[in-house]
Amino acid sequence: MQSVKAKGWRNDAVAKVTGRAQFTDDLKFPDLLHAVPVYSDHVHAKLLAVDTTAAEASPGVVRVLTSADVPGANRFGQIIRDFRIFADDRIRYHGDVVAVVVAETREQATQAAPLLRVEAEPLPVLLDPEEALKADAILIHENHGSNVINTHRVRRGDVQKGFARADLVIERTWQTPFIEHAYMETEVSVCFPRPDGVLEVRGSMQHPFSTRRFVAACLGVPLAGVEVVGMPLGGGFGGKDDTAAIVCARTALAAKLLNRPVKMWYSRECSIRESYKRHPYRVYYKMGLSGTGEIIAVACKIIADGGAYCSVTPWVTWRSTVQCCGPYRVENVHCDTWGVYTNNVVSGAMRGFGSPQMNFVVESIIEEAAEKLGMSAIEVRRRNLVRQGSVTITGQKLDGHTVAMEQVLDRVLEAIDYENKLKKCSRGAGDEQYGIGLAMSYRGVSLGAEGVDFCAAIVNVQADGSVILDVGVHENGQGAETAMSLILARELGIAVEKIHYKRSSTSTIPDSGTTVASRGTIMGGGAVALAARELKTKIANIFAAELHCAPEEVRFVDNHLLGKEENHALPFAEAMRRMFQQQQFPYALGVYRAPRVTWDEESGQGNAYFTWVYGCQAVELTVHKKTGKVKLLNAVACHDVGRAIDNTLLLGQFYGGMAMGTGYALHEDLQIVDGKIHHANLNRYRIPRALDLPEMKAIVVENFDAVSPTGAKSIGEPSNEIMAPAIANALYHATGVRHYTLPIKRTPADGTKGGR
Amino acid sequence: MQLTVNGIVREIPEAWIEKSLIRYLREELALTGAKIGCEVGACGTCTVLVDDRPVKSCLKKVGEMAGASILTIEGLAVADGTLHPLQQAFIDAGAVQCGFCTPGMILVAHALLLRNPGPTREEIRRAIHGNLCRCTGYQQIIDAVEQAAPHYHEF
Repeated sequence: MQSVKAKGWRNDAVAKVTGRAQFTDDLKFPDLLHAVPVYSDHVHAKLLAVDTTAAEASPGVVRVLTSADVPGANRFGQIIRDFRIFADDRIRYHGDVVAVVVAETREQATQAAPLLRVEAEPLPVLLDPEEALKADAILIHENHGSNVINTHRVRRGDVQKGFARADLVIERTWQTPFIEHAYMETEVSVCFPRPDGVLEVRGSMQHPFSTRRFVAACLGVPLAGVEVVGMPLGGGFGGKDDTAAIVCARTALAAKLLNRPVKMWYSRECSIRESYKRHPYRVYYKMGLSGTGEIIAVACKIIADGGAYCSVTPWVTWRSTVQCCGPYRVENVHCDTWGVYTNNVVSGAMRGFGSPQMNFVVESIIEEAAEKLGMSAIEVRRRNLVRQGSVTITGQKLDGHTVAMEQVLDRVLEAIDYENKLKKCSRGAGDEQYGIGLAMSYRGVSLGAEGVDFCAAIVNVQADGSVILDVGVHENGQGAETAMSLILARELGIAVEKIHYKRSSTSTIPDSGTTVASRGTIMGGGAVALAARELKTKIANIFAAELHCAPEEVRFVDNHLLGKEENHALPFAEAMRRMFQQQQFPYALGVYRAPRVTWDEESGQGNAYFTWVYGCQAVELTVHKKTGKVKLLNAVACHDVGRAIDNTLLLGQFYGGMAMGTGYALHEDLQIVDGKIHHANLNRYRIPRALDLPEMKAIVVENFDAVSPTGAKSIGEPSNEIMAPAIANALYHATGVRHYTLPIKRTPADGTKGGR
Repeated sequence: MQLTVNGIVREIPEAWIEKSLIRYLREELALTGAKIGCEVGACGTCTVLVDDRPVKSCLKKVGEMAGASILTIEGLAVADGTLHPLQQAFIDAGAVQCGFCTPGMILVAHALLLRNPGPTREEIRRAIHGNLCRCTGYQQIIDAVEQAAPHYHEF
């Protein structure tokens, strides 16, 4: 790897360590108005009237907005347009916003909010998705025809014959919870009408283009009439898409109607109450195996609680369906998946996107099956793992890249000394019980058949050799801007400090989709690399003769263009200056288009993703028998990332993902009672703190993937999706008790909730 | 009533006495490095140092700060912009991701290193336990504090 930067360098690091980084709430404008959302206390009700009179008469209040004020579409969404900018016909969950109060100060807006009068007629509340599937259930969206948001399926082989042949059939039910993203920065937006007629939107969101669609639809203006400018984002993890876009839409509406800048900042309570979560899953899973440990058949029913609105439930549940058997070859599969409307908080995208739930299921049952067969769980995994050329449960042949499943497994087993430590597990004996556990997964990269998948990058070299880089991916905190800049610096052979990454704006770069699905590096980086290569070809054609070589022989090294001989060199900056003199722009647009994927919804078969990544994680822990207290001692993760762009950033993704997975396994619980979230702030909703986590070890495997222009693939989600089953398996080896419900609650004296 | 913020002595305006310190810093003094994450003292993004001790500024009223000396993240770097060694260590170790917890995290670490310039990793964990970070899993933050520690022997 060519060194183009100092250790740890990030383009935004100095601003962030000095407090100078300006997040959205740090923006100040003269004449700024403040808006706050107003909810009703209903969970499901027919909305009869909203009386704004008293609130509007409150000191400092400028206006109270409701659905009646929306000039464009009050209903919008990425898949089904059922999200309400403001509740109009019904209140469908406790976080449905009825109105927004706009006042001169935030205090005044907050004081006026309780004065809003909502007249509503309560409706039966549906909180269990299986109840919602019953024929006599009340329809949450009366025109939708049922409470089914979507279904997916996999049909492969003949499961009945498969189970008939099996020596062991094991059947279990799992339940996973809603999970709050708990980004440290809550939702916030600042919008202002510009003199050029454009409505400018700033905000804490990870999808400027989706936000622009929401805003433009709500205002009833063309896409070009809205400019969404990215700001430093205080964490997203998939969670700053729909809700963040709607917050921006409401703010934009206020700014447009009042012709003044408006800020809407969410308190943590509002954020947790309203924002979408990771889907809770109930999974009925049946696995049949031969006496020698081959998985013969899997039948599963996956029920995902989508909450009150569709959001991206069809996409989330699609990934769960495609990956419902984990990284194993299974000839006979029958999977049915439902995304279901309920009156719970909305479920949507969160790091993992439908995989953490299924990995918990699959990586638990395979261990239980191995034990019943009297075999090592590692051995059972090895017998079934996908290998080079294997065919997945959706009929996709894994080739064209290195299938690294065994490689990552072996690295983890060795690094943590798994086999020896497994023998030392307490299995229920003693007061301080020790356990080690492991889990693995494969994961389809980027969107797959979820949607159109391509990305743009613009490399715009200036006459002095400095570069402006604009890419259609968004900085969510992960270091995307830095990674893009490094890719360009290496391609052009220039110092990374010469590159200015232009903060994303929807008005300067084509809509490249959303920075989700761990697709930033592969898609954005791919576009940058392709732009750089196109630009290099253009430059080489101009200067090759002078460098005494053919255009394809020109190299870009150490801020120079080099010919075949070292003495034929031209400083990069000098070449750029001369290009301008020759009426040539050193400018290129790179477009990386994801290779084609296929999917047949009827059979649930197809080449679901254009490439895959492979990971394995293991954890050691102790459980105190009397108190139930779990202490993590050590954790190791190994992932094949294709190619590391920057080691420091990469390790940050490993550790952060593992930490979040720990919270999923052991801590995080919203305590939803009767559709209302009780743990609505960070003092009650407990995300991992420093003492909750062990020292973590990251092992990076790099099998260059030719489908990616940079060779790099994904890490953001893979690192997050298998920690929970690794912990569950370690807990089993420590205590002898299996858990089928997350978060795992160990109560004193080994009583277990969720165990069986 | 007076307080000192980043070395500058300030008169506490009457209107701010009963209001929270975080709002005073952010709104009155435009020191927006300290962030608002929960307003219940759970997340630590609003952390500042009061007489060298970490304080969650969302829980304190400005009036309680009479006579105190407050350090915010804006006061840590040298006036000419040179980063404090702890800030540089946060960059070198990759302790910064989204950056929202970073100001508070640096300040709790600074307070720790002022009183204990050779902490163990466990002691660092204990010191930052009150500050949440959702991005990093804390590991590179702990690395950064460890790397910066030797600089504190010179103070």
